[in-house]
Amino acid sequence: MTAPLTSLDRPNSYIGRSLPRPNAKRLLAGRGRYVSDLRLPRMLYAAFLRSPRAHATIVSINADEARVLEGVHLVATGADLAKICTAWTGTLDHFKGMTSAPQLPLPLDRVVWAGQAVVAVVAESRAIAEDALELIEVDYEDLPAVVDIDVAREAGGPQVNPGSASNICFRSQLDSGTVDDAFAHAAHVVEEEFFFGRHTAVTLEPRAIVADYDPAAGMLTVHHGTQTPYQFQDLYSRHYGIPEARVRVIATDIGGSFGMKLHVYHEDMAVVGLSILLGRPVKYVADRIESFVSDIHAREHRVRARMALDTKGEILAMDVLDLTAIGAFSTYPRTSVVEGNQVIRLIGAPYRFRNYRATLEVIFQNKVQTSQYRAVGHPIACAVTERMVDMAAAKLGLDPFAIRAQNVIADDAYPQTSPTGYRFEALSHQACLKRLHEMMGYDDLRAEQAELRKRGVYRGIGIATFVEITNPSPAFYGVGGARISSQDGAIVSLTPSGEVRCLISVTEQGQGTEAIISQIVADQLGLAQEHVKVITGDTEVTPHGGATWACRGAGIGGETALQATRALKRNILEIAALILQEQPSALDIVDGEVVDAGTRNQRMPIAEIARIAYFRSDTLPPGTQAQLTVSHHFAPQGYPFAFTNGIQGCSLEVDVDTGFIRLLKHFIVEDCGRVINPMLVDEQLRGGIVQGLGAALFEECRYSDTGQLVNGSLADYLVPMPMEMPDILITHVETPTADTELGAKGVGEAGTAAASACVLNAVNDALAPFAATINAIPITPTKVLKALKRF
Amino acid sequence: MDFEETAVKARAFSYFRAATIDQALDAHARAGDDARFIAGGQSLVPALSLRLQAPRLLIDITHIAELRGIRREGACLRIGALTRHCEMLSEPLIAEFAPLLHAAAPFVAHPAIRNRGTFGGSVALADPASEFPAMTLALDAEIEIAGSSGSRRVKADDFFVDLFETALQPGELITAIYVPLFKADQRFAFDELARRRGDYALVGCGMLATFTSDRIDDIRISFFSVGNTPTRVKGAEAALIGFGLDAERIAAAQAALESDLAPPENDEVPPAMRLHLARVLLGRLLGRLGEAG
Ligand SMILES: Cc1cc2nc3c(=O)[nH]c(=O)nc-3n(C[C@H](O)[C@H](O)[C@H](O)COP(=O)(O)OP(=O)(O)OC[C@H]3O[C@@H](n4cnc5c(N)ncnc54)[C@H](O)[C@@H]3O)c2cc1C
Repeated sequence: MTAPLTSLDRPNSYIGRSLPRPNAKRLLAGRGRYVSDLRLPRMLYAAFLRSPRAHATIVSINADEARVLEGVHLVATGADLAKICTAWTGTLDHFKGMTSAPQLPLPLDRVVWAGQAVVAVVAESRAIAEDALELIEVDYEDLPAVVDIDVAREAGGPQVNPGSASNICFRSQLDSGTVDDAFAHAAHVVEEEFFFGRHTAVTLEPRAIVADYDPAAGMLTVHHGTQTPYQFQDLYSRHYGIPEARVRVIATDIGGSFGMKLHVYHEDMAVVGLSILLGRPVKYVADRIESFVSDIHAREHRVRARMALDTKGEILAMDVLDLTAIGAFSTYPRTSVVEGNQVIRLIGAPYRFRNYRATLEVIFQNKVQTSQYRAVGHPIACAVTERMVDMAAAKLGLDPFAIRAQNVIADDAYPQTSPTGYRFEALSHQACLKRLHEMMGYDDLRAEQAELRKRGVYRGIGIATFVEITNPSPAFYGVGGARISSQDGAIVSLTPSGEVRCLISVTEQGQGTEAIISQIVADQLGLAQEHVKVITGDTEVTPHGGATWACRGAGIGGETALQATRALKRNILEIAALILQEQPSALDIVDGEVVDAGTRNQRMPIAEIARIAYFRSDTLPPGTQAQLTVSHHFAPQGYPFAFTNGIQGCSLEVDVDTGFIRLLKHFIVEDCGRVINPMLVDEQLRGGIVQGLGAALFEECRYSDTGQLVNGSLADYLVPMPMEMPDILITHVETPTADTELGAKGVGEAGTAAASACVLNAVNDALAPFAATINAIPITPTKVLKALKRF
Repeated sequence: MDFEETAVKARAFSYFRAATIDQALDAHARAGDDARFIAGGQSLVPALSLRLQAPRLLIDITHIAELRGIRREGACLRIGALTRHCEMLSEPLIAEFAPLLHAAAPFVAHPAIRNRGTFGGSVALADPASEFPAMTLALDAEIEIAGSSGSRRVKADDFFVDLFETALQPGELITAIYVPLFKADQRFAFDELARRRGDYALVGCGMLATFTSDRIDDIRISFFSVGNTPTRVKGAEAALIGFGLDAERIAAAQAALESDLAPPENDEVPPAMRLHLARVLLGRLLGRLGEAG
């Protein structure tokens, strides 16, 4: 007996298939074209003198010696660049009342964090530029630095922006249902304060940019290691007054991004200005220390939360205060308040309760800016919610699975609107919980834990349910006035030899965007995948679109490619029908051949149609104009976001004498809707989980009282490494979105969203026999030993 | 080859490749304070790139044949200064006669760094967080030094003076390290507590003991990452010598650490925590030493 045919058994069925990324081989062979490697004729190199002070007035800058050093072409200060670049302000209209000071490429008279670029030098080599930096003298006069959240909130305390009323950037409150009433009548209340350390993206390739202004053509070309070339085309155009059509941003291969490379950085804006001033290409690549002090950080939060439950363990209400410190400015153009906003909106998201109150306070301080980094806000919302649920379970004597099963929104109860206003189309918490329970071998793990405890071995088991925001509509940025697109565009052509080229606005940072787009195009047209070429990342070539941010490449970019390809297929079949004297509806395309739709008999290769259309149009009926290039845009409609969900679990061991934590195994059940390439989806989850585990145990940007980053190197800032990472087991539940034909949602952030919450719960589970609790991330040996009162 | 302009950020320097010890010493003497020997470069090159150091001259010692090789000399193993960390893992003579170094080597950095970093460079640098300098103390090794006035040998006990400060005078070169051959009545143990494999440890320790049946006749215990220099814990050693390894003795040795060690202030690992970790580690290693009999 043969197995029943599935949709994967028809020819060219690539959606749902694990296929390697076509570009992986090129990158592995060292053939990547990273901006870091780029060298243009007459190119010069920029380096930046950085502020050693967290907050100070610039009294004077003496760069005379630097200017005359051989090989130096330009020394530029804030004033020099302010003449050609307009200031930017990191606010969005839909965050009512938010403020942030205007920013320039380099400061005019005041530095606001240690590491801020102050003076730029452009020279014939980076080494000469660095030599010149040593010859520049800057006189500073210290101002009181605002480092700590409490100090920042003190009335009458020091101000990040002298003259302003407070250090508050933004305040927001959500209040739905009857929170006070629910707490007043609750049988049980659990309460905790959580601390989340700053961390940062640490991409393999640091930020890199080559700006190349051609004064003769009035044309600016920027080779930029970014995930959002169109956004930067718009910004360079507007802030430097160059018509948009004369600004070209090229983003070729990028060594990691994770959201970090879609923000405006002062150095990058400066480099564009330096190239304009010099009329020559100027390159800047951040070194690792510069990355630590100037890349955005994320997740410095302090959250106080309460949860009310009835006698049976039904969650009744949550009440939350989130304080987050974001540095001296709100980041442009996406702001630094989105993270906090998502924290307070995602807390409690998997659960049914209706009474919810949250206050968000976003605070300025003298540190580098924070902003969107993989899983924006999710890990904090998830850790707070899931730890509260575990605390409640412990208080009520319920199993962590049982309390969740009791409280999650039922799989058959959708659509639903959360108390924070999020609209959920369809989620699968119950199915995921059930699958995780089986996959973990939960009961056996518990039995083993009990057995080992008797021998002084302390294992912990943690689970964490999550909801992820994907496929964002204009509700995300567009409504706030940001020129950030939520639509994507594709141009799909049949080439004269019968292959397909797809130019598309979503971009590739190693996650496999180009691979899945070629799968969708090949699948939808009826062509072998190797005959599809996908081109991304060049504003001169690819149509305008959102590119890569949030989780949108597959869900929105994929749907764009699908619709564009279907249109091209219709056009091809129209020509085929004319040639074959058939109705287009009687024909189909399989494996590059036009076939009879009914019998699948081959009629003619699409290459032959291309040949005729391109070279022998004289043989087509008069009046026929073959349209073998289709351009198509797609903007998400229907639900403002396609929410996804899932659950993670982990098992770990705490050495109660050393405070060291060994991760034993990690599990995830994830529902991202239609899975286009299971292998790539799994790798997104693994990578995301590892980043979450880094946050859970290792990563933290630590500052001194005076606002100095004290661990700005890879020796001191610990990223997760393979030896410490556990095996990660993955399964999927598929609930496609009905908003698109493709049905895909995002998956890039799901791993990061819940991994740290899971570890937090597991560590607390391991420490349960000691009445020691952990409420801070990262969970370091120091924190564990302190909780255990071992020193 | 023309260097990629963006990658090289060190201050410009001259480079000289020495073929003999004398050439290296001469070149250094002529350049004075502005010269550095370079061996594996795994500590020096990062310092240059960060511009923490900016010497005018680098003297490459890696082509000096006299600094290479591992051989038996009487009751000692002579380990050439250029012996690479990876050779501590692969060389049978090390495994047989200096098993403590063999045991420590996997904890030194990562394979790429072990392929280049040298024993002599590690000892000369005397990073208090490094494994090998501390192990020379436990091994009662002698460091052979060549200088303008000839060659001398300094006991490891007298070599490490203060933070990154050793008995080496400016312009002197470590040529070899002499390690007494491991004997049948000896036992050793090594371990460290590092957040990630390959990191510098929060606390690390190695020990070498001579037993008569189950009684310790002699023991040398050396810690790293606990202060300004690699640190022998003589109080703990004294608590053990002449006794068998029972719980009470182990506790006494652990208690002695309080006066043996004075860990520095640190924002991440407070002194009291480091002391606690040192006690835990000592207890575990002594336990293993007992079992190894
Ligand atoms: C990422 C990373 C992680 C690391 N982790 C560890 C670790 O966990 N544990 C550890 O112990 N080390 C670690 N190291 C350091 C590494 O072991 C170094 O190689 C070693 O400390 C120095 O040896 P080298 O041969 O590279 O010396 P070099 O870098 O060439 O020189 C270091 C210093 O010693 C001097 N010097 C070198 N040889 C001699 C000699 N024969 N006589 C006199 N002076 C000499 C040089 O002038 C220089 O001042 C790490 C290094 C890196 C880059």
